[in-house]
Amino acid sequence: MTVAATSTSPPTTTGGQSGVRLARSRRNAELSLLLLAMVLVAAYGAMVEASVLDTVTPSFWVPAAALSAVFLGLHVVIRFLAPFADPALLPSVALLNGLGVGFLHRLDLARATPAERAELATFAGTGGRQLAWTLISVALAAGLLAVVRDHRSISRYAYTLGLAGIVLVMIPAVLPRSISEINGAKLWIRVGGLSIQPGEFAKLALLAFFAYYLVRKREVLSLASRRFLGVDLPRGRDLGPVVVVWLISLLVLVFEKDLGTSLLYFGMFVATLYIATERVSWLLIGLVLFFGGAYLAYVLGDVVGGPFANFYLRANIWLDPFADPYNDGYQLVQGLLALGSGGMFGAGPGAGQPLKLPEVQNDFIFAGLGEEIGLFGLSALLVVYLLIVERGLRAALAVHDSFGKLLAGGLAFTLGLQVFVIVGGISGLIPLTGQTTPFLSAGGSSLMANWLLIAILLRVSDAARRPVTGGGAPSTRPTGGPPEQLHGAPTEVIRP
Amino acid sequence: MNAPLRRVGLVVMVLFGLLFANLNWIQAYKADDYRNSDYNGRVQVAEYERKRGNIEAGGTAFAVSKETDGELEYLRTYPGGEKYAHAIGYKPVNLADTGIEEAENAFLAGTSDQLIGDRLRDLVTGDETAGANVLLTISEQAQDVAYEQLRDNRAGVSKGAAIALDPRTGAVQALVSMPSFDPNPLASHDSDEATTAYNKLQQNPDGPLKNRALGEVLPPGSTFKIVTAAAALENGVTQDTKIPAGPSWTPPTSGKPIENAAPSICPEEEVTLMNAVTESCNTGFAQLGVRLGADTLKEKARQFGFEQDDLTVGRLGEDGEPVAASRTGGMENPDGSVDQAALAQSSIGQRDVRMTPLQGALIAATVANDGSQMRPYLVSQILGADRTTNYYTAEPDELRQPVSDQVAADLREMMESVVQNGTGRNARISGYTVGGKTGTAESGPDTPDHGWFIGFALDEDGNPVSAVCVLLEESGDGGSAEAARIAGQIMRAAIASPGSR
Repeated sequence: MTVAATSTSPPTTTGGQSGVRLARSRRNAELSLLLLAMVLVAAYGAMVEASVLDTVTPSFWVPAAALSAVFLGLHVVIRFLAPFADPALLPSVALLNGLGVGFLHRLDLARATPAERAELATFAGTGGRQLAWTLISVALAAGLLAVVRDHRSISRYAYTLGLAGIVLVMIPAVLPRSISEINGAKLWIRVGGLSIQPGEFAKLALLAFFAYYLVRKREVLSLASRRFLGVDLPRGRDLGPVVVVWLISLLVLVFEKDLGTSLLYFGMFVATLYIATERVSWLLIGLVLFFGGAYLAYVLGDVVGGPFANFYLRANIWLDPFADPYNDGYQLVQGLLALGSGGMFGAGPGAGQPLKLPEVQNDFIFAGLGEEIGLFGLSALLVVYLLIVERGLRAALAVHDSFGKLLAGGLAFTLGLQVFVIVGGISGLIPLTGQTTPFLSAGGSSLMANWLLIAILLRVSDAARRPVTGGGAPSTRPTGGPPEQLHGAPTEVIRP
Repeated sequence: MNAPLRRVGLVVMVLFGLLFANLNWIQAYKADDYRNSDYNGRVQVAEYERKRGNIEAGGTAFAVSKETDGELEYLRTYPGGEKYAHAIGYKPVNLADTGIEEAENAFLAGTSDQLIGDRLRDLVTGDETAGANVLLTISEQAQDVAYEQLRDNRAGVSKGAAIALDPRTGAVQALVSMPSFDPNPLASHDSDEATTAYNKLQQNPDGPLKNRALGEVLPPGSTFKIVTAAAALENGVTQDTKIPAGPSWTPPTSGKPIENAAPSICPEEEVTLMNAVTESCNTGFAQLGVRLGADTLKEKARQFGFEQDDLTVGRLGEDGEPVAASRTGGMENPDGSVDQAALAQSSIGQRDVRMTPLQGALIAATVANDGSQMRPYLVSQILGADRTTNYYTAEPDELRQPVSDQVAADLREMMESVVQNGTGRNARISGYTVGGKTGTAESGPDTPDHGWFIGFALDEDGNPVSAVCVLLEESGDGGSAEAARIAGQIMRAAIASPGSR
């Protein structure tokens, strides 16, 4: 695999007067960071085996090597298709993804009897499935990079994507429970042995639509407004479609009984609106609406029950998880106990008892990891997440077109918010809601959707860092003015 | 659009800052709470990597960790089985620890700060030095007798307790609660087996898991007369003072007469205090109590240790097994005035008076030890894994001085008379001076009476060598005589055991 690294030297711009620093592709930095991440993943696997099996098997490196092959493949694709993409994104995500596979394999080991452990194949169990999902997800990401050579072309399909997003969100709500419900949340499509979470993909589609629509309406949204109670409110007809999209997704989510996703959509919506209009009032309105709505749902859940009862229960568990530690509060209590048992340094990879945790391969994977890698390990993981989010926002800052800014900014923020919602949920900071932990949780939908998200960030960051003249990519594309679809949208903000 | 993007970046930083702060709170500040939470079913695997220290009595280990081939490297076993179950407690894998296993866990498990030397040495050598050994004050002989006599009691009783103390130090010589249980299945590494065993014990209506010697509170009956007599001796009454008695006496405000256990007991108008104790004269003590007043009686009981709810028995000055509070109960009418009938009944240990077997033994021990009540304890020594480093040696400690040595001497003579001439003859031991008091406590209209005996033994030089309390629940008539017999046997064994002198 290293052949690829040496054979294709990064294209360098010579003679271009645009800043030399900008012109550096930093692909070799990406490669070395990626290899470092894979060494960490291999070391993690070795430590798990040393702890669980009391010996390091000769094949401990196989999963890490398989992952390395997959990620190096993507690295090569990036060299050709997005040579100026942010070099920190791929290694960071690869590290999280690799540790996720390693931890799921560690769970397989814990579930197996001592006799079965030695026999446990590398590609079996949830760890093996996650490895396969990683391959598919990375292939999808590479495909997206190949198909979408310019992120602005996404805006061409904005309305289609918006519609697709709504349909994706609605499918599980419409489907009968037997097909769509897992653990009380109707978020799934289960066909045969396969479970798909369409909401994960809807997130991307809806955000692309928001970005396109808000860019077009940005000017009117921020200028043409009516003053109401000292707050500038946009005209209804400008905001209508966005509010409708948002309301529909929220309503559907009430019926799908998943608070986390609804919170995620709401945050995504408010953030993109704020970025587009630069109006702090939108943030305030959003926060008031959200906290007011949450409080109302709590009160309604107490008085009326019905669709709000679930939220009322969850809020009460959050307020005092130890009130009913064996039933209602069981999950959260076990999460807290796992984290506390890990303490500062953790029990060590493979030395904890993650099977005491419910849903440890999904919602509670962060708590399961926390028991073994401790506060220091979890802090490091949080920093890696933060790095991905901030690099995404950096791409948004640097890219020239408004659509790209909104798209990358919104996606990066959504990723950060999702991490906040799930990690905050399992650690008792906010009420617990079912969310996957990006790149760590078992499951193909979440992994694929998040890798697609990363592919878009890679694409935008490539555009942001690409020197104005010349370039490594063979395609010729307009570097100046926006594509036709965006003719109505100015690229820069007029307002002071 | 760049300004809001930067601010969104800041918001993400703040959100992650909150996550980080919250994780610090959970994993650093609250970590120990969560790690040791009762809800935490985690096997402390690390705890089983080091050999846990022994718990020993009289040179024999009754809690030993044995090496296994399984995932947990050591299995806790209890060679004493049922006999030592309540004295030692148990250390299960998933359930809660109890008794000395819980109280001395830090030393046994080797995690105590005082064992830092061993831990540092382990760092260098790579070994896992075993935890420290806990040596109990229990006398093997006395424990054997107490367990066997209680189990094979002639009253056919299934519930009861016995506890023996060294009156001079407070050291526990024997501690048995009946019915007992085998702690071995509870410590099993097979969690199903452990849980099944635990649930079965938990559902047993006789409550084998309960430590009756320290935790059971029942009406003490006539054994409480020693407290009433002590109050009287301090209020102008002597052994030879004649107190009103009679075959029956009705308290001023109640129509229910108080009678004696048999017509032959103090039918005369007046008896001496000495005779009232010897014969266990109810009418005499009821009138005596009313004469003394509720406050005097309650205060005397409090001075003997009633109402104390924070006493523990384990290592002196450290946590141990908690002792239930003994109570004198209410003796007032709703309007606040003294309920004479309640006071009269309380004076003979009925009504709402409640006592633990340990409290009974403490009363006898106080009388034997010239009025000085020593703090009871179970742990005599803590030895390092090398068996030479001594981390703790018990230094006996006076808990309180309920009565003067003069009053104690008078009480002692009267209690000796009970065993010489009265209701406690079964407790006699040849070569020793034995004193005591029997008690037959009414427990309810449909249940048989409880039989009690509290007593002490003095050697030929008059030194107190053992004090004991035996309780036979729902034993009916003759229960207190059987309790006295068992008490005598236990004290004889305690005296005979090496190191008792």
